[in-house]
Amino acid sequence: MSERPLTQNMRPDGEALTIKEYERTGGYQALRKALKMPPKEIQEIVKNSNLRGRGGAGFNTGMKWSFVPMGNDAPRPKYLIANADEMEPGTFKDKMLIELNPHQLIEGMIISALAIEADIAYIFLRWEYRLAAARAQKAITEAYENNYLGKNILGSGFSLEMHLHISAGRYICGEETALLNALEGRRAIPRAKPPYPQICGLWGKPTVVNNAETFSNVPHIILRGADWYKGLSRSTDGGTKIYGMSGRVKKPGLWELPMGTSIREILEGNAGGMQEGYELCYLIPGGASTEFLTAEHLDVKMDFDSVPKVGSRMGTGTLVVIDDKTCPIGVLHNLEKFFARESCGWCTPCREGLPWVTSILEAIENGQGQAGDIEMLATHGESLWLGRTFCALAPGAMEPLRSGLKLFKSEFEQHIIEKRCPWR
Amino acid sequence: MLSEKETHEIEKELKQYKTRQAAGVEALKIIQRSRGWVDDEGIKDLSAILGMTPDELDGVATFYNLIFRKPVGAHVILICDTVSCWVMGYEKILSHLKNRLGIGLGETSPDGLFTLLPIPCLGACDKAPAMMIDEELYWNLTPEKIDELIKRYGWKG
Ligand SMILES: Cc1cc2nc3c(=O)[nH]c(=O)nc-3n(C[C@H](O)[C@H](O)[C@H](O)COP(=O)(O)O)c2cc1C
Ligand code: SF4
Repeated sequence: MSERPLTQNMRPDGEALTIKEYERTGGYQALRKALKMPPKEIQEIVKNSNLRGRGGAGFNTGMKWSFVPMGNDAPRPKYLIANADEMEPGTFKDKMLIELNPHQLIEGMIISALAIEADIAYIFLRWEYRLAAARAQKAITEAYENNYLGKNILGSGFSLEMHLHISAGRYICGEETALLNALEGRRAIPRAKPPYPQICGLWGKPTVVNNAETFSNVPHIILRGADWYKGLSRSTDGGTKIYGMSGRVKKPGLWELPMGTSIREILEGNAGGMQEGYELCYLIPGGASTEFLTAEHLDVKMDFDSVPKVGSRMGTGTLVVIDDKTCPIGVLHNLEKFFARESCGWCTPCREGLPWVTSILEAIENGQGQAGDIEMLATHGESLWLGRTFCALAPGAMEPLRSGLKLFKSEFEQHIIEKRCPWR
Repeated sequence: MLSEKETHEIEKELKQYKTRQAAGVEALKIIQRSRGWVDDEGIKDLSAILGMTPDELDGVATFYNLIFRKPVGAHVILICDTVSCWVMGYEKILSHLKNRLGIGLGETSPDGLFTLLPIPCLGACDKAPAMMIDEELYWNLTPEKIDELIKRYGWKG
């Protein structure tokens, strides 16, 4: 069995690793090592490991850090933020990582803070993750008690404050610039980029935002090196990936597997295949804002470069399987309703367009579709596409819609012509 | 007026954040914890502490899904209506809950026991369908399990 650095030491009983257990399995050794390294060297190792951001976009993490102003002239304080807002539909990996191994995230954050010389760190967690909140808070307290956090960490001269911020719920808070506004106590509306947060972020200071899974990889990279990390992967992206699968499969769940594992291996090898009586119709590869894939794509490798070659994105890497007993128009309606409700309302195409899309889909699903509806949906697919809206929420919402219009043309027409949903 | 307890807790939070405004969401949650929801008076009193206008703070309060600006029941049911739960039987669970409680989404049962609200993906996709009651997560829901749960929270119907 291949190595699973992020999950192999987790307890089978679902309890969190205590600080003692974490230390016994090598925990905080990477921090001791990193405290002796120059920040730029940490950045370089992480860059060379080809760790790519697990929040969905897959940007090289070390590269992202390299834009932060360094040295004595840099603006202070600098901030580091773990994005654990995790509201992308079908995504449940960060929750598991925090619940079962909160110290791994914290150690990863401290090392990353070292790499950018940050002074203050936040974990931005959604309110609904109550168990994760309790465990993260306990782990932060333990880390302070052991001087992994606070002033003069382990006598190194480096100091770091860490706080847990619990949000009050809204999908857009996960967008990194909206997240900054949320942390400042404002309406969580995205900010214009540039300037990028690395230059002008929280309260106008240099800030790095990374996903919770991204940070959880960092201690292992520092301890074992970039080459080892790249060797874990079956693709050009480094490391392992926490993949997940839900829907009508026999054993839905989460698995840490080599980056680049194929969809077939995840579906058949880990999720046990489809439940009796259900057939695979299509998949949503990485959260609601990714284009659908079908049975012909089962051998596609789940990594940041392979999935775009077949017209979608890996996104968060947690797949939702849609079966033949589920109406695809109903799925689209459900997805677009989510986006319409969670749109922050800042820019007109998204604020006005998403409710329109949702109401058309609802009408079609209920047998009240009209001639011209499909064209109107396609028009929205263009007018809410990349570059037309202030942030990536709206284009993300259009990804499933655009692929649905292509894949389910006859199902759309059938609903409209027969004035009913054939699945009900 | 803010109660002594509310004021005390809010002051503690103010120390955690760099600006007064940044403590706003946490402070709204404190008021909500003690009153069940955030009333107009709460907005007015809190805005003075945070150095914001009441309208500015109301703009923040109404932005977030989990700050309630209307009264809610003794227990709040947050039912996940997002894709994995929807595929795995959300509609059946919802109609069962609606029938039992006699209310729709966004409504409170006449006895004031439950408010029923939809919530985006709870991150329990492998155990769908799921919902929260107050701070507890419940999963692999069936009509029978729902009956047992609402009884546990005091449902007499
Ligand atoms: C609407 C929207 C929601 C997002 N939600 C999340 C989220 O919940 N968690 C997350 O890590 N990234 C989320 N992102 C991506 C972040 O903006 C950002 O790219 C990410 O946190 C960077 O971390 P990474 O480089 O480690 O991937 C979201 C983006 C958009 C447009
Ligand atoms: S695209 Fe939507 S979510 Fe993004 S800024 Fe515009 S209205 Fe807000």
